Amino acid sequence: MTAIDLPNPAVGGLGGLDLVPTTDAPQKAKDYTSDQEVRWCPGCGDYAVLASVRSFLPELGLKRENIVFVSGIGCSSRFPYYLDTYGMHSIHGRAPAIATGLAVSRPDLSVWVVTGDGDALSIGGNHLIHALRRNMNITILLFNNRIYGLTKGQYSPTSEVGKVTKSTPMGSVDAPFNPVSLALGAEATFVGRALDSDRKGLTEVLRQAAAHRGASLVEIFQDCPIFNDGSFDVLRKGDDVAQRLIPLVDGEPIRFGNDGEYGVVRSESGGLKVVPVAEVGEDALVVHRAGEQDPTQAFALSRLSDQDLTHTVTGIFRKVDRPTYDDGARAQVKAATEQAEQRGDNLQALLTGKDTWAVMPTPEQEA
Amino acid sequence: MSTDTEVGADRPDRLVAHGEIRQTEVRQTHRVVIRFAGDSGDGMQLTGDRFTSEAAAFGNDLATLPNFPAEIRAPAGTLPGVSSFQLHFADYDILTPGDRPDVLVAMNPAALKANLKDLPHGQVLIVNTDEFTKRNLAKVGYESNPLEDDSLAPYQVHQVAMATITRNALEPTGMSKKDAERAKNMFALGLLSWMYHRGTEGTEQFLREKFAKKPELAEANILAFRTGWNYGETTESFAVTYEVAPAALPTGTYRQITGNLALAYGVVAAGQLAKLPVFLGTYPITPASDVLHELSKHKGMGVTTFQAEDEIAGIGAALGASFGGALGVTSTSGPGVALKSETIGLAVALELPLLILDVQRGGPSTGLPTKTEQADLLQAMYGRNGEAPVPIIAPASPSECFAAAIEAAHIAIKYRTPVFLLSDGAIANGSEPWNVPDVADLPDISTSFATEANAPDGSGEFWPYLRDDDTLARPWAVPGTAGLEHRIGGLEKADGRGSISYDGDNHDRMVRLRQAKIDGIEVDDVTVDDPSGEAEVLVLGWGSTFGPIGAACRRVRAAGMNVAQAHVRSMNPLPGNLGEVLARYRRVVVPEMNLGQFAMMLRAKYLVDVRSYTKVAGLPFQAEELAGVLTDAVKGDLPA
Repeated sequence: MTAIDLPNPAVGGLGGLDLVPTTDAPQKAKDYTSDQEVRWCPGCGDYAVLASVRSFLPELGLKRENIVFVSGIGCSSRFPYYLDTYGMHSIHGRAPAIATGLAVSRPDLSVWVVTGDGDALSIGGNHLIHALRRNMNITILLFNNRIYGLTKGQYSPTSEVGKVTKSTPMGSVDAPFNPVSLALGAEATFVGRALDSDRKGLTEVLRQAAAHRGASLVEIFQDCPIFNDGSFDVLRKGDDVAQRLIPLVDGEPIRFGNDGEYGVVRSESGGLKVVPVAEVGEDALVVHRAGEQDPTQAFALSRLSDQDLTHTVTGIFRKVDRPTYDDGARAQVKAATEQAEQRGDNLQALLTGKDTWAVMPTPEQEA
Repeated sequence: MSTDTEVGADRPDRLVAHGEIRQTEVRQTHRVVIRFAGDSGDGMQLTGDRFTSEAAAFGNDLATLPNFPAEIRAPAGTLPGVSSFQLHFADYDILTPGDRPDVLVAMNPAALKANLKDLPHGQVLIVNTDEFTKRNLAKVGYESNPLEDDSLAPYQVHQVAMATITRNALEPTGMSKKDAERAKNMFALGLLSWMYHRGTEGTEQFLREKFAKKPELAEANILAFRTGWNYGETTESFAVTYEVAPAALPTGTYRQITGNLALAYGVVAAGQLAKLPVFLGTYPITPASDVLHELSKHKGMGVTTFQAEDEIAGIGAALGASFGGALGVTSTSGPGVALKSETIGLAVALELPLLILDVQRGGPSTGLPTKTEQADLLQAMYGRNGEAPVPIIAPASPSECFAAAIEAAHIAIKYRTPVFLLSDGAIANGSEPWNVPDVADLPDISTSFATEANAPDGSGEFWPYLRDDDTLARPWAVPGTAGLEHRIGGLEKADGRGSISYDGDNHDRMVRLRQAKIDGIEVDDVTVDDPSGEAEVLVLGWGSTFGPIGAACRRVRAAGMNVAQAHVRSMNPLPGNLGEVLARYRRVVVPEMNLGQFAMMLRAKYLVDVRSYTKVAGLPFQAEELAGVLTDAVKGDLPA
């Protein structure tokens, strides 16, 4: 089979929302609030994310009717009901696939996928990796609470090994996914992570994710107060929060701690490791470059996030330009349509084809 | 001899460049069935296709039956590797690819062994002798060479060293012996073309286009083709040639078409007639992949094709496109339908247009990928959780796939529902002449999107599940429409308003509304063909059994018995007059390529004691066997 050099549609030229109509009318969070009563459990991290998204969307200045949220199944997938945009609460794991069809056929829409760790990484794992690989122009919010909530407390593909749940009374023997590593392995062009309670950090990741042309995956650590209560508490409170959270700042050396006393350097194994800055000196620290095409360093950063949350990297791991599937597919349709118009193609000619024969009326029929 | 001068002029007597032109006897015949059989790599499908094109161009009526293994190249020379193509052409309107061949072309011992049982005694057998080596004979279990013992005595055998003759003819081209021998299928085509007075220019033109980038290959194949023709013309072994006059079909412009091609054209046309972009989300699967291949060529006609990561994503993307205001389409076969079931259920709940093209094959599981069957009917009817009714359209022949696709799209759009189109392997790969429709005569199936709030309480809200009084369809409000922002999903919705509702009474109402919507779809009455008006037996079919059933009826009637025939094209809902039609006959026979799925539906709905006749052998019914079944039914001998 031959391969063809394709024209590179939109790379570096278009932002994620450049084809979506905007409005000058001021918008408020309330404008994005639907009439549906929110039915998450008290204390659920989803409330915080919903509040952040509602207050962030007006800042995009898009026409509200051109925004679509598509979700799968699970607690977080109820999200679209609570936003006054277009929305579809679909079936378990399939939201990226449905969003793909929508994004390809409607470049004028801002398409968001809301999913959870079970929805995206278990039953929908295949669709997630392929949406990332294709670089569909969609923004995926992956709510990770490391548990199945809606089915009442079974372990999920991000649960820690040994976790005792309703379905693993002797502890889970299942090795978890690291969603950021998975996304980078799936050729994702934008990968970010934020904590539900960190409104500022979350909003900044959302802002850049929305502006990115291509698939953006945002992992949001989020609490399930009923079945996995306090799972991320060590990242929220206590004296050592600053020694655990590693916030990424593009173009800056990676350092953290109460006084920036820790930093990230290259390890002997070819990856990255955490060291006290005093031991290596500031110049030895790795500088974060989200725009680096080579995903090696981004991947190494994702590996610094341990299951026990000793260290957790947040921010934007990767943000690079690559042609999107939807732009490419539309460019082909557009080019073919122009050619067809020039040639004067029409349905009748297509149906008739080249090899035809005529059956003429017999003299009797004509008479 | 034909009197059509154009056709006569096309007959290349001039090809016989040297030697005297021998006088062969020319016999007129009404119909001929030819079967080309060889190894998977021998190019039998191409050979059959080409002969079909020539028959079509000549104006014969025709029907074809390709039959090939699931493996792309099964081990050479083995029985599992045999690929065949049967072509029936005639000077009148025929209904089937023919039960048994009049001419069998066997390219190797395996092809002979696999196909000889179908060749009636006294008929013509043309054998490529070059492949009848000890080793090849042993491969398929021939203890002695059938060309040398008496086992082929009942047939008119022509032994032709096709590979040797082709190789010798191509020697001047400088091709390797191996490459030269590969053109032996064109030799066979040339020989058969001569025998049946077919034109040659079409095939030569075809070869020049097919090998446009390798003109030396084109010329080699043309040389092999001409060598075959000349072999028939100059050797003594073929004393008779046959003429089959053009068929007196209804007037019009005709082309040859397969079911999958007609299906793809139907989808393109549906998009144009609906004034909607078409979005095909799909995953490759035999025997439906050709629909994807064809539609991927028609981006210029407003068609986007998306080859997804799996069957589920294919239909998911199609449904997403429908939500966005496109005509979402997915194409698949039985195993793919199983994977898509949950999404079809979602489409039922969302009440969005969606077309599901199911080209049925033998099952269960992977089953017989390249063989035909009609065993997905109940899967299409009931293969979902909950009460999830879906309309089903079943075309009866390859060319009917075109109109069926438009009709299915029409229902999907008008009633906002997923619609199944059940084709099958026989229709998909089989071909027949198609009276090309005038686009101006095709129906307008366009719709309008919702643009304004519709709440009956005057609140200015948009209620996505407020139904049309006549069709019970809900409004289709696509993203981008200001003021109509709404959320839909798989959870049960409140009647009208469309918000989530767990209310039991509301659910009961919604289940019945969705059912009533499908039950209320307008469907043409079934028509009954009963020339005598006195038949007591009705044979009722659906889908691709139309041809064999019709041919069987002709035979039964020709034998002086009465039988009525009716064919259902809308399997859900069923035609409104079907119950009354069934009640009119003392006996109803339902032949199906499954174990009686339609018969079960009929018994359940109409309480009629229909007699099921079933077969799942991977091939269409034969007219002869069905004629026997109908004869028994007329005589009252049909077992219950």
